[in-house]
Amino acid sequence: MAKVSMTVNGKAVSGEVEGRTLLSTFLREGLGLTGTHIGCDTSQCGACTVHVDGKQVKSCAMFAAEADGAEVRTIEGMANADGSLSVIQQAFQDHHGLQCGFCTPGMVMAAASLLADNPKPTEAEVRHHLEGNMCRCTGYHNIVKAVLAASGQDAGQIAAE
Amino acid sequence: MPKDGGIGASTKRREDVRFLTGKGRYTDDINIRGQAYAWFIRSDVAHGKINSIDSSAAEAMPGVVKVFTAADFAGVGGIPCGWQVTDRFGKVMQEPKHPVLADGKVRHVGDPIAVVVAETLEQARDAAEAVEIDITELPAVVNMKAALLPDSPKVHEELTSNLCYDWGFVEENKAAVDEAFEKAAHVTTLELVNNRLVANPMEPRVAVGDFESHSGQHTLYTTSQNPHVIRLLMGAFVLGIPEHKLRVVAPDVGGGFGSKIYHYAEEAFVTFAAKALNRPVKWTSSRSEAFLSDAQGRDHVTKIQLALDADNNFTALRTDTYANMGAYLSTFAPSIPTWLHGTLMAGNYRTPLIYVNVKAVFTNTIPVDAYRGAGRPEATFQLERLVDKAARELGVSPIELRRQNFIKPDQFPYQTPVAVVYDTGNYHATLDRVLEISNYAGFEARAAESKARGKLRGFGLAHYIEACGIAPSNLVGQLGARAGLYESASVRVNATGSITVFTGSHSHGQGHETSFAQVVAEMIGIDAGQIDIVHGDTSNTPMGMGTYGSRSLAVGGSAIVKATNKIINKAKKIAAHLLEASEGDIELKDGKFTVAGTDKSVDWVGVTLAAYVPHNYPLESMEPGLEETAFYDPSNFTYPSGGYACEVEVCPETGKVTICAFSAADDFGNIVNPMIVEGQVQGGLAQGIGQALMENCAYDENGQLLSGSFMDYAMPRADDFPMFTVDHSCNTPCTHNPLGVKGCGEAGAIGSPPAVVNAVIDALHRAGRTDIAHIDMPLTPSRVWSAMNA
Ligand code: FES
Ligand code: FES
Repeated sequence: MAKVSMTVNGKAVSGEVEGRTLLSTFLREGLGLTGTHIGCDTSQCGACTVHVDGKQVKSCAMFAAEADGAEVRTIEGMANADGSLSVIQQAFQDHHGLQCGFCTPGMVMAAASLLADNPKPTEAEVRHHLEGNMCRCTGYHNIVKAVLAASGQDAGQIAAE
Repeated sequence: MPKDGGIGASTKRREDVRFLTGKGRYTDDINIRGQAYAWFIRSDVAHGKINSIDSSAAEAMPGVVKVFTAADFAGVGGIPCGWQVTDRFGKVMQEPKHPVLADGKVRHVGDPIAVVVAETLEQARDAAEAVEIDITELPAVVNMKAALLPDSPKVHEELTSNLCYDWGFVEENKAAVDEAFEKAAHVTTLELVNNRLVANPMEPRVAVGDFESHSGQHTLYTTSQNPHVIRLLMGAFVLGIPEHKLRVVAPDVGGGFGSKIYHYAEEAFVTFAAKALNRPVKWTSSRSEAFLSDAQGRDHVTKIQLALDADNNFTALRTDTYANMGAYLSTFAPSIPTWLHGTLMAGNYRTPLIYVNVKAVFTNTIPVDAYRGAGRPEATFQLERLVDKAARELGVSPIELRRQNFIKPDQFPYQTPVAVVYDTGNYHATLDRVLEISNYAGFEARAAESKARGKLRGFGLAHYIEACGIAPSNLVGQLGARAGLYESASVRVNATGSITVFTGSHSHGQGHETSFAQVVAEMIGIDAGQIDIVHGDTSNTPMGMGTYGSRSLAVGGSAIVKATNKIINKAKKIAAHLLEASEGDIELKDGKFTVAGTDKSVDWVGVTLAAYVPHNYPLESMEPGLEETAFYDPSNFTYPSGGYACEVEVCPETGKVTICAFSAADDFGNIVNPMIVEGQVQGGLAQGIGQALMENCAYDENGQLLSGSFMDYAMPRADDFPMFTVDHSCNTPCTHNPLGVKGCGEAGAIGSPPAVVNAVIDALHRAGRTDIAHIDMPLTPSRVWSAMNA
């Protein structure tokens, strides 16, 4: 067991972990941040996507110990300071970008990372960026619409094309 | 314009806020103080004799609480099957035992043999390595036709063969069908495979068992689409726990698509172990384990034939299907290739004579059960591929051949030759509509443009019918169902007018909390925000059948309507008393009760308050309070239908198929929340296109699963699709449920696979390859390339 310390959603946290403890496990079991989901064991589905030092990361593909000293952001840290939905979250609700909600935290984290780098992506760029995030419910249609809408583009127009 | 929150409005989903902020509560988010962790040891061979299990070393390892094997389950029932099919000779199906843990033999890769329970998951996993299991591998049988040969290895020695049943439908029509084929001017024949799929909801299954020794109360938290069904099956058939001592809770469920309908061994295990160890026990499936233990879907091998007269009218249809059951009968497995498949073989057509034969077969593979559409995609795929092939053989347009043989709009209600009666539909309208929204008129120009880029473009059409909300209970009982198929609802009006609705349906992504509230809000005329929907917990909802088969709004919504009508009737009586008027004169509009033709009124809250503070109340003739329960048992299925058009480009060098456009024109009857309905169709399309182009669950000849993870089972991703065009403007309301609604959850997955394959065949034929009559799904680049280079 080793001690790890990191900042999660702006708060300093620490805990005891085994060398093999994954960051996703530490977030869920150690910190009770169950918004980060586990959808696979081969780092393929993206349900566990979080930001580590501002970069999009699959938290099941990283040991908790590797995140020692890092700045971590999870879905629980994505809403506005007053608790209202952020622009991306709101766009997902407005455009029905989620059904069962299981892939959703990962999708929101991936979308936030895309828009931070590329504020006005094309539909193809959105689809390409979300390639590592699986959704079994939506057929991606409304997720893509939501991300485009969150970027300030007319999602209705794009979908109608 | 419908009012937001009322029927017909695309009201935003209230459940989204918790899901978007990480506050959803899924089963794996539940941890109970003191819980131990279960790790399942599963067979790595498809067929074998268990000689011995030695867990002594494992039990001595740190943190290990106990290792369970079949011996611990000696006094426990097996996992039950919920449907008994009777074969063409009047014999009931062969039904093998299905022990919770493998007893003496393993019958598929993934069959659970032993379970280690330990203080931590890591300890359980480590100790599992130390359990010594000696198995003699036996020859496995994977191929269905081979499994029926007399010298085939038997999956279950207590059965006479690997044949579960040989079902004929409608058996009395067989001779007439054969005769029609002898007289036919043309016969089209097609052999095809409906590929085995894995449902893969993004949330893997989880089960947590809890037990309170002083009261004898069991609680099971589980990822289920139907917690009451699990309580009934597990309580009555497996563990012998009466309902009042067994609470089953399915909290937020991360998708199901059928795979979370069934009662699974892991649920029985954690419930049993929690009592045996007197502490909570949790099991969380990994994705790899899900591939080995979730019931899989489809896996039919079919030969189908269509007889036509000289004018191209369909005169008869016959089909022979082999349906894979896997190694054991999953909860509803026997019903899928029979009553959910044979009854749909008329499709949208007036074919007067139909005969369906289905042989269900045991093999050393993971059990197969319903997956989105369940039986209906298999029926639709056969029919819509066959009609396309017939049109090509006859040199007529597949569109026109369909139109000519469609049931006509004035023929409803329509009695098919396969038992079911379609209440409403207008197939000509949905066909016209899909050709319009897909801009079929502009196809040739697009094909020319593709050709200029060296690509082969094709247009494929499919038209589907499906039957949703399986019912009525007395009929399905005769057909072999061991459960009812009604739905329940309790509507509790609170003193200050807010409402809590308890429903037996259970959302696993469908948005019931929003759409069910819209129904009640519309009926009473109050704000939807005043209404909460409660589901998923057997301790507070009335006995319900859950969510599958596109039934929730049609059946569960109808129960809510029924209970709400009882509320309104009573509320009117109270209003009549308060207004000193006769009950027949009271009108309810926009949440206000008015005496007809006067301005005398009392609002909703005035009535609800009077019900609970009955100072001025007719106590001699009416009970106080305002709470009603209703059970709704539908008189028929609902029959949504639609026309789907797919446009593809095939790369002649690589065989890669790209979906350029996909259009769906569906008839779902009335619609409560169009946004949610469109989302259901889009999701279904992605699964259907996934089946057609990439998904395939494969075994080798020894029964080893070749597609056991997302590395080798191709899941559709965002960049595999274009935007979809989804339309629901052609609506013929259902005539036998109060909302006039039809199911919409499975349509996308039912109609899309044949549209995709038809489009690819069209592209190849346009390029001169008229010799390619069919390619089996999934149409991967290598399969298409091989067909082109054969
Ligand atoms: S759980 Fe991390 S990628 Fe699937
Ligand atoms: S919303 Fe269910 S997996 Fe994406």
